[in-house]
Amino acid sequence: MKKVLMCGNEAIAEAAIIAGCRFYAGYPITPQNEIPAYMSKRMPEAAGGIFIQSESELAAINMVFGSSLTGTRAMTSSSSPGISLKQEGISYLAACELPAVIVNIMRGGPGLGNIGPSQSDYFQAVKGGGHGDYHQIVIAPASVQEIADLTMLSFDLADKYRMPVMILGDGILGQMMEPVEFKAVTKPQIKKDWILDGCKGRKPRIIKSLILNEAALEKFNLKLQKRYKEIKNKEQRCEVLYGDDSEIMLVAYGTSSRICRSVVENMRKKGRSIGMIRPITLWPFPEDAFKKLGKNVKSFLVVEMSCGQMIEDVKLAIDCTRPVYFYGRTGGEIPSEDGIIKAIENY
Amino acid sequence: MDKIFKKPESIRNAGTHYCPGCGHGIVHRVICEVVDDLAIREKLIGIAPVGCAVIAYDYWDFDVTEAAHGRVPAVATGIKRSLPDRIVFGYQGDGDLGAIGTAEIIHAANRGENITIIFVNNTVYGMTGGQMAPTTILKQKTATTPSGREQKIHGFPLKVCELLSVLPGVVYAERVSIHNPQNVLKAKKAIKKAFENQIKGLGFSIVEVLSPCPTYLGLSPQDAVKWIGGELTKEYPLGIYKGVA
Amino acid sequence: MKEEIIFAGFGGQGIMFMGKAIAYAAMNEGKYVTWIPSYGAEVRGGTAYSMVVISDKAIASPLIKDPTICVAMNSPSLRKYEAKIKTNGLLVVNKSIIDIKPERKDLEILNIPVTELASEAGDHRIGNMVALGALLSKRKVVNPESLINGLKDIVSSTYHNLLPINEKAIRKGFEYGSR
Repeated sequence: MKKVLMCGNEAIAEAAIIAGCRFYAGYPITPQNEIPAYMSKRMPEAAGGIFIQSESELAAINMVFGSSLTGTRAMTSSSSPGISLKQEGISYLAACELPAVIVNIMRGGPGLGNIGPSQSDYFQAVKGGGHGDYHQIVIAPASVQEIADLTMLSFDLADKYRMPVMILGDGILGQMMEPVEFKAVTKPQIKKDWILDGCKGRKPRIIKSLILNEAALEKFNLKLQKRYKEIKNKEQRCEVLYGDDSEIMLVAYGTSSRICRSVVENMRKKGRSIGMIRPITLWPFPEDAFKKLGKNVKSFLVVEMSCGQMIEDVKLAIDCTRPVYFYGRTGGEIPSEDGIIKAIENY
Repeated sequence: MDKIFKKPESIRNAGTHYCPGCGHGIVHRVICEVVDDLAIREKLIGIAPVGCAVIAYDYWDFDVTEAAHGRVPAVATGIKRSLPDRIVFGYQGDGDLGAIGTAEIIHAANRGENITIIFVNNTVYGMTGGQMAPTTILKQKTATTPSGREQKIHGFPLKVCELLSVLPGVVYAERVSIHNPQNVLKAKKAIKKAFENQIKGLGFSIVEVLSPCPTYLGLSPQDAVKWIGGELTKEYPLGIYKGVA
Repeated sequence: MKEEIIFAGFGGQGIMFMGKAIAYAAMNEGKYVTWIPSYGAEVRGGTAYSMVVISDKAIASPLIKDPTICVAMNSPSLRKYEAKIKTNGLLVVNKSIIDIKPERKDLEILNIPVTELASEAGDHRIGNMVALGALLSKRKVVNPESLINGLKDIVSSTYHNLLPINEKAIRKGFEYGSR
């Protein structure tokens, strides 16, 4: 397929449609408005595709809940304040074992914040922003091409593990245009033998999250935990640059990782022993890659567009065996190469 | 001898968890009778609310899901749009529909979603212990209106059928009651109509059912139905607010 | 080859489109490219920009710290970006409305009356295309023909009747810069 020049938000929408997404509900919020706009145009063109501009984020995520339980591949998207509203629905999706893809194109917070790019919803995304003992898979692309590839993967993972998957981007990734090729994907033939579509020829089914009996709810939670463990074993994804011969490892995802890559390239040219780990799945966090790093890695510098959230997972991944430093910008500001280099020199 | 009264096919063999004199059981049964009459059980998807009727699926023998509190109309929208040839209905209480889910019901109605909503109005929160509902009438005592609902503090009782009937997306809105057998029969007729409208693809239908909650009205089952037939139907007049019978 | 280009000016001067047009041409030439718009508050603040990185290698950061090329379409843009341009970089100045003079001596500076040349091409509003043509006369970022050929794909078909004058504007800018 020919390469096209497209912004990240549109690439998410197109990739979702290619992946077989046939239901989208969302509510306008900057900086992700290109997604609903694209969906409103393309969904009716795609066979049987439904687009709904909902009255709220709450309604959108619950419409996705309804569509998902019929076996339809369903998606919603928003940005930080809207994602807060969706947390209720995400918890219910997790509890009802329903697949769904939720896109968060993060903006500056807390509160209304601003529409600048940000990564300050990391905790909310990976630690479970809604209530209860649940996880969602969290995917962090760093280019428009990766957005396309990982959006398709997100639908497969959601179906495979019957759970919500969040694509965590930021304002830059959503707005940035890069050439992208939509590679043909084979939709995995996962038989959905749990959907509600009327009980013709079978026993009636119930999809619910209320489990009043304590022992039964504990058992259900342990079942979820078992699945989460399997995901931790099988689905960790990351990119490692110079993992074998670096003294300092930068750790960054999404837009921050693009800037860190420049820093690594430039400092390597000057003979500095520096590399980078770029988590692609934020949950499960790519702990194994940290454990495989060379012994000569002396310290880590975590770079985020937040006040320091992923840094906690980095410390956990290395069991606090080496120093972990932090450099971040927040409120819609973006870390500069100079700022990162200065941080490296100062530690 | 001919059997002239039996359990509807669509209702399960289950003991009730509802309190003595509660109206939910009657409404459940009436829905199931209609489902049988219209032969839609095998293409039906029901949505249980949060509230006393949360485990309605213990009684209904067809596909059922359970929505987050107030979100029944949004979930119904997602199901119906994805499977337009199935029959989708939501079952909501007064807190679910009239308080926490007001936005969802108004917008689903206004979009003219081709779904059916059965709205059980018993003027009180049952599951959480008898607190004030949006439909609690003035002077009515509840756990959170110990001296009776006062307009200055709590506002007015919410008139759902009146409110929704002005929306162009609504094809049918009727308020019925189940305080005596004649009214139960009228309720069944209304609920049947609400499903028939969906089968015909006409749009959004809602039936509001005035239903007794003796436990939190602090009345005997007998006095509770008397109160509904008397005082409550004065506040909430029965009848068709939109559409035709 | 790697060029980091900042296009800056008022909203309405076609700043986003300049970036998109050159990015699209570069992609069609098989180059790596990134394009970032300014969005939101910055746009309303008066100065809009778009950042384009074009390279024959994969691009790490799409964010430009010190551009190799800057096209300043209004005075605030010139003031904001002049100091940031890399030594020996190119600065294209919209002489039609910028009344201040660049101060840097270590840059290649092209002052060009884009509005007048656009009017000559047929529409005073397409000064952005003149500036693009001028840029390409000084730096062979993409072949001007790639730029011209790509326009029909990224311009809404409603405006395809304006393609010939856009081409004319690009050529006029190119000629002006080549003198």
